Amino acid sequence: MIPRIAYIASNTFREAVRDRVLYNLIAFALLLSGAAIFVGQISIEIERLVVINLGLTAVSMFGVVIAIFIGIGLVSKEIEKRTLYTVLSRPVRRWEFIIGKFFGLAGTLVVNTFFMAIGVFGALLYVAHKFSKPDALILVALYFIVLEFLIICSLALLFSSFSSPLLSAVFAFSLFVIGSFADDLRGFAAMAHGMTRWFATAAAYLVPNFSALNVINLVAHQQSIGSPLILQNTLYALFYAVMALSGAILIFERRNLK
Amino acid sequence: MAAIEILGLEKTYMVGFWRKRPKRALQPLHLTVEEGEIFGFLGPNGAGKTTTLKILMGLVFPTAGSARILGHDWTDPEIKAQIGFLPEQPYFYDYLTAHELLDYYGQLSGVPAKGRKQRVEEVLQRVGLTDIRGVQLRKFSKGMLQRAGIAQAILHNPKLVFFDEPMSGLDPLGRREVRDLMEQLKHEGKTVFFSTHILSDAEALCDRVAIIHKGELRGVGAVEDLTSTVQGKVEVIWQGSLIPASLKALGAECHVTGDTVRAVLPEKQQDAAIDALRRERIRLIAITPLRTSLEAYFVEKLQHSQTTAGVTS
Repeated sequence: MIPRIAYIASNTFREAVRDRVLYNLIAFALLLSGAAIFVGQISIEIERLVVINLGLTAVSMFGVVIAIFIGIGLVSKEIEKRTLYTVLSRPVRRWEFIIGKFFGLAGTLVVNTFFMAIGVFGALLYVAHKFSKPDALILVALYFIVLEFLIICSLALLFSSFSSPLLSAVFAFSLFVIGSFADDLRGFAAMAHGMTRWFATAAAYLVPNFSALNVINLVAHQQSIGSPLILQNTLYALFYAVMALSGAILIFERRNLK
Repeated sequence: MAAIEILGLEKTYMVGFWRKRPKRALQPLHLTVEEGEIFGFLGPNGAGKTTTLKILMGLVFPTAGSARILGHDWTDPEIKAQIGFLPEQPYFYDYLTAHELLDYYGQLSGVPAKGRKQRVEEVLQRVGLTDIRGVQLRKFSKGMLQRAGIAQAILHNPKLVFFDEPMSGLDPLGRREVRDLMEQLKHEGKTVFFSTHILSDAEALCDRVAIIHKGELRGVGAVEDLTSTVQGKVEVIWQGSLIPASLKALGAECHVTGDTVRAVLPEKQQDAAIDALRRERIRLIAITPLRTSLEAYFVEKLQHSQTTAGVTS
């Protein structure tokens, strides 16, 4: 069971690595970090803030694009190209395939984030000439970004298990945008009345709360992040990813591969 | 023990915008394939061959019925370690090389890591892909992909192999090689179940065949039995182009091809025909009972079903 998941994950990772689009995105992310250095040089006394803000936002944005771009095709592309036939005709359970694909994509994003993080720290060192203790908070922000990727991967897989890549992309990207404003949505729900309040509250709690995972501004301003938030975000991201993956498995287990 | 027992498998798809219109792809199918035989699953395009194979592979869920493969329930994932499957017009991860592809499939099939590399090399050699084992599959021709498909199907040394249109995309030499391979698999004691609409392949290879049309089984039997129906006629072939008048008088239908003549006449006139040829000092090449070809049987079954459908409607 576990070896088969690992083999599928490893193959998914290999596919992503051999995909030239992925290389382009990494290169582009590094380019953006370079731009951060440029902006930092023309700013006055706020180089560090600009580099962290721009760098981490780039890490997040490019990761999200990669997660959606690859994630939406993980199942539907395999069905469309019929590559799935020779996998599922082996002793591979459908749920193993979904989990393997998830870890493959998540692994790709972790590696991708690692290299982009090196770019961010490099840029920071370039403008600040040294690291200070609060810079360690960047690691927490990066950890939250990875948690964000886990949720997006699982959602992309969920949509990919029943719809076309285009629709999956629309669904996943829409949820990402709405989820980024989850706090505002909750605020709106608190102010609304009647059915609107009911719908807004339901929507606010159903969509992934990406705004809670975004601590880039706090880190850039060297504000501390408490352990409870780290634990809460970890549990929330894992719960959301597990629920989305369970949905993907439930759908995929019943799907006819025509 | 039967290699495959299909017990009333049927499939109905719901089609249309609201998915309320039923479309029956497979009528209740009952079929048994014995161990060690090459079994041909014949039918025109859209007959239900691929649907049957997909149900057996767990890719499509049947509306009703069940099956047993090698004595186990067909839904048991572990039984798949003993099954090989070549889909119709296979397509693989094109970013992988042939060697990487087979290694991956070997991992998924549970081929032990220790002997996997050697096994991959053996199979690559067997299907003639050794020289291009390091080439990515996106550079493969259709025929080469078909060979890779056959390789992945036999990689884990399965007891039962399913081939869906295995000759598709292959040139005459490739087809011959696949036929040889299927015969080798049979000699190794494996069961081969293959679907095709190329009847000459089935006639040359199969121990038994089943004919399916519009999702319904039309006939099953040993190829020998299906093709041995003597129609009370014999075929006489002799050298030259002369057709004796006495032979024509016997009611023979004669056709001259090159320097041979082929005549078909009633079986009871056989001796008289031989005497007539001897009198003319003509060299007799062959005299054989006329048999129904598999193609004739196939066409008859299909026409019968169409006639029945016409009467019903």
